[in-house]
Amino acid sequence: MAKITLDKLRHSYLPAPSRPQDYALKEINLDWRDGGAYALLGPSGCGKTTLLNIISGLLTPSEGRVLFDGVDVTGLAPDHRNIAQVFQFPVIYDTMTVRQNLAFPLRNRGLDPRHIKARVDEISEMLELTDLLDRRAAGLGPDTKQKISMGRGLVREDVNVIMFDEPLTVIDPQLKWTLRSKLKELHQKIGVTMIYVTHDQTEALTFADQVVVMQEGEIVQIGTPVELFERPGHTFVGHFIGSPGMNIIPCELRDGTACIGDFPVALAGPVKAVSQDARTEIGIRPEFVKIAGTGLPAVVRKVADLGRYTVIEAMLGEVRVSIIGPEGDAPERGSEIHLQFDPKNTRLYADGWLATEEGETR
Amino acid sequence: MRKRSIVPILYILFLLLPIYWLVAMSFKTTNEILGGFSLFPQVWTLENYRVIFTDPTWYWGYINSIAYVSLNTVISLVAALPAAYAFSRFSFLGDKHLFFWLLTNRMAPAAVFALPFFQLYSAVGLFDTYLAVALAHTLFNIPLAVWILEGFMSGVPRELDETAYVDGHSFPSFFLRIFLPTIKAGIGVTAFFLFMFSWVELLLAKTLTAVEAKPIAATMTKTASSAGYELGLLAAAGVLTIIPGAVVIYFVRNYIAKGFALGRV
Amino acid sequence: MKTVNNRAWLFVLPVVILVAFNALVPLMTVVNYSVQETFGNNLFFWQGLDWFQQVLRSDRFHAALGRQALFTVTILLIEIPLGVVIALAMPRKGVWVSVCLVLMALPLLIPWNVVGSMWNIFTLPDIGLLGYLMNDVLGIPYNMTRDPVAAWATVIAMDVWHWTSLVVLLAYAGLISIPDAYYQAAKIDGATPWAVFRYIQLPKMKRVLTIAILLRFMDSFNIYTEPFVLTGGGPGNSTTLLSIDLVKLALGQFDLGPAAAMSLIYFLITLLVSWVFYTLMTRNEN
Repeated sequence: MAKITLDKLRHSYLPAPSRPQDYALKEINLDWRDGGAYALLGPSGCGKTTLLNIISGLLTPSEGRVLFDGVDVTGLAPDHRNIAQVFQFPVIYDTMTVRQNLAFPLRNRGLDPRHIKARVDEISEMLELTDLLDRRAAGLGPDTKQKISMGRGLVREDVNVIMFDEPLTVIDPQLKWTLRSKLKELHQKIGVTMIYVTHDQTEALTFADQVVVMQEGEIVQIGTPVELFERPGHTFVGHFIGSPGMNIIPCELRDGTACIGDFPVALAGPVKAVSQDARTEIGIRPEFVKIAGTGLPAVVRKVADLGRYTVIEAMLGEVRVSIIGPEGDAPERGSEIHLQFDPKNTRLYADGWLATEEGETR
Repeated sequence: MRKRSIVPILYILFLLLPIYWLVAMSFKTTNEILGGFSLFPQVWTLENYRVIFTDPTWYWGYINSIAYVSLNTVISLVAALPAAYAFSRFSFLGDKHLFFWLLTNRMAPAAVFALPFFQLYSAVGLFDTYLAVALAHTLFNIPLAVWILEGFMSGVPRELDETAYVDGHSFPSFFLRIFLPTIKAGIGVTAFFLFMFSWVELLLAKTLTAVEAKPIAATMTKTASSAGYELGLLAAAGVLTIIPGAVVIYFVRNYIAKGFALGRV
Repeated sequence: MKTVNNRAWLFVLPVVILVAFNALVPLMTVVNYSVQETFGNNLFFWQGLDWFQQVLRSDRFHAALGRQALFTVTILLIEIPLGVVIALAMPRKGVWVSVCLVLMALPLLIPWNVVGSMWNIFTLPDIGLLGYLMNDVLGIPYNMTRDPVAAWATVIAMDVWHWTSLVVLLAYAGLISIPDAYYQAAKIDGATPWAVFRYIQLPKMKRVLTIAILLRFMDSFNIYTEPFVLTGGGPGNSTTLLSIDLVKLALGQFDLGPAAAMSLIYFLITLLVSWVFYTLMTRNEN
């Protein structure tokens, strides 16, 4: 097991990249603690699979280094890095039995057959595959196949990190949850570093201790699920995480005070130095918007009763604002309302990045 | 280029050598051919080709071959499309046996069946017509077409059919407007194989024709043998029969690469 | 699951009618010949199974069947592994794929008698490229029309030249259908190139290779035109494969009865071998 360091990593699929757009990954610096459960979260095409393949050694980065426990492994092939990877579609060896599948990585490394058997028995026990050990792997369901691919990573005792590339894509919804809890349980039992790539926020937030949010080849924020939710470091994070996502309302800065139209808005902390021509926005989650007697005037556009709570969509001038309110007691469609923002959870963003000092909210 | 690309390169060289030799011979004079070995034609001559093109049976040989080959491709496809759909979507009484029976028709020795074929097509009055050869070639081409198309169709999810019916398409409308466009790469690959096997087959084609529908390859043997042992002429005739095949391959080159990848192979 | 629907027969009907017309009527004619004796003038006499017994006991049939079996086994042993090796070595992406496919498909589209003529011209001693290379450059005596070994080698080389591309095309289609993740997983599992071939590529090619082997078996068992044009079955009877022998018997000697019996026997052999092979290869499916 090892600590993983990514040092000034850049990657382009083009032979001679020049502009920033040419890069699938734009300078990544990252430290991953040994034994952590991490998620790489971002929309399709944000570079998360590229990053994963660089860590596993399937891709060599254009620039920068990958270090395992401080040792440079950038030039090493995947089988010399002691990593394991579970792919989007289950990869199993069709002609082999489940047992042979699980033993395959160990056999390739020339281990003692008795040791292999013991290890396979142990892992299959953990994955609840014991009854299937002598079945041919080809005829099994996708969730079992995916467990087998996980098992091929877990049997190896020397594994530095196990990586999951959207592993639940082909799994039935009701089985997704089971498999996810199994994974979490395994992480707690074995304590090996796991990196989980997904575009599904629920998967990322339930699995990981630390979530790395990526957009267009850049890391926009790293934090615990709670941090990502409460203090998004970038409007993208606020928008991407949460349902509905964070409201982003254009505003003006007047003498260090943020104003929407003529209304000054109280923020969670003092405003950082912001350049003159920066695009400034207020970010506030729908959970922290209240309907009150006074405040910003808005018109109700849509009301959706989602059972335990109600989502109200209102137009604040030209901007759409979502409000999560309690069940029932919602205003009529078309009616005029006033909005109040909870100051502790209202932040200013400049060119997308958080521009409110932190600390005071703790 | 990597080291292993030497394998396909050597193989292609091996394939091209006899073809090169045929082409080289076709441009040589008879004297040069019989006079001894020369890697390249010493005196380039178009005489062999002139002899062929001044003979009107040649011109017609081409038209005849193209006509029955195209007719066969169309008949085989039209018959095989619904059948392949049935095999890919439904199970029905005797489906497995029927499928194997269709395949067995490739196993009959054509050499011996030529005579019964001649009698059959004479009896129904189709002897020496394009239709006779086109129909006879369906014997081995239809099973092949059903087989390839079934693979492609099984690769299309059943949901497509169901969605179309929900959207109010009738079966013919669904089949023609939605289903066929979806598997057009597969149809391309199938058409290629149908064309290929009908074009290269000569035994049945020769048996079932006399004058009106005589295939180009048969004309070629006739020309070459009636003119005695004229190798140059034989070579030129051979080169001319390769050209249509080469043209067809050129047009379907992308289908072969892509179409194969799509099929359930 | 497929839905059970016997109306599907309506879809299959045109195919059944067309193929039955072409297959059953001639087959009946052949069966008819095989149990009768004719002295010309359309006079036929009931002969029972005499022809079958006669054929099965004749040395000539045994010899032709032996040559045929040797030929088919040899070309399968060469073409299938060679086709797989070439498919494995082919590029997976880019313009070279099209170039390779077009050039490789070329022999498949040459009329079969032209294939025979082409190889005839190619192998002529002192005049043909191969004949010249063997005799005058390498100093190996080579004359296909006199030496049975040379004739055999040439017939085999011609078939390899003609048909290996079909195996390549099919095997290649099987290979490119394997997702990248399989290769990546194998790399991570530390698999050797041999293990990748044995446990990933070969299983994924099983279906296409079954098709390739069946097609090559059936077609090589029925081969007639190419060797007939190339060697005419000679020298002597050395390259007289089953179909060539049949035609000699049926048209050369007009012994329709024995020829029909012989062709039925060998149709049954092809059928049996294909069926056994097909069943063995598909037994583990589903």
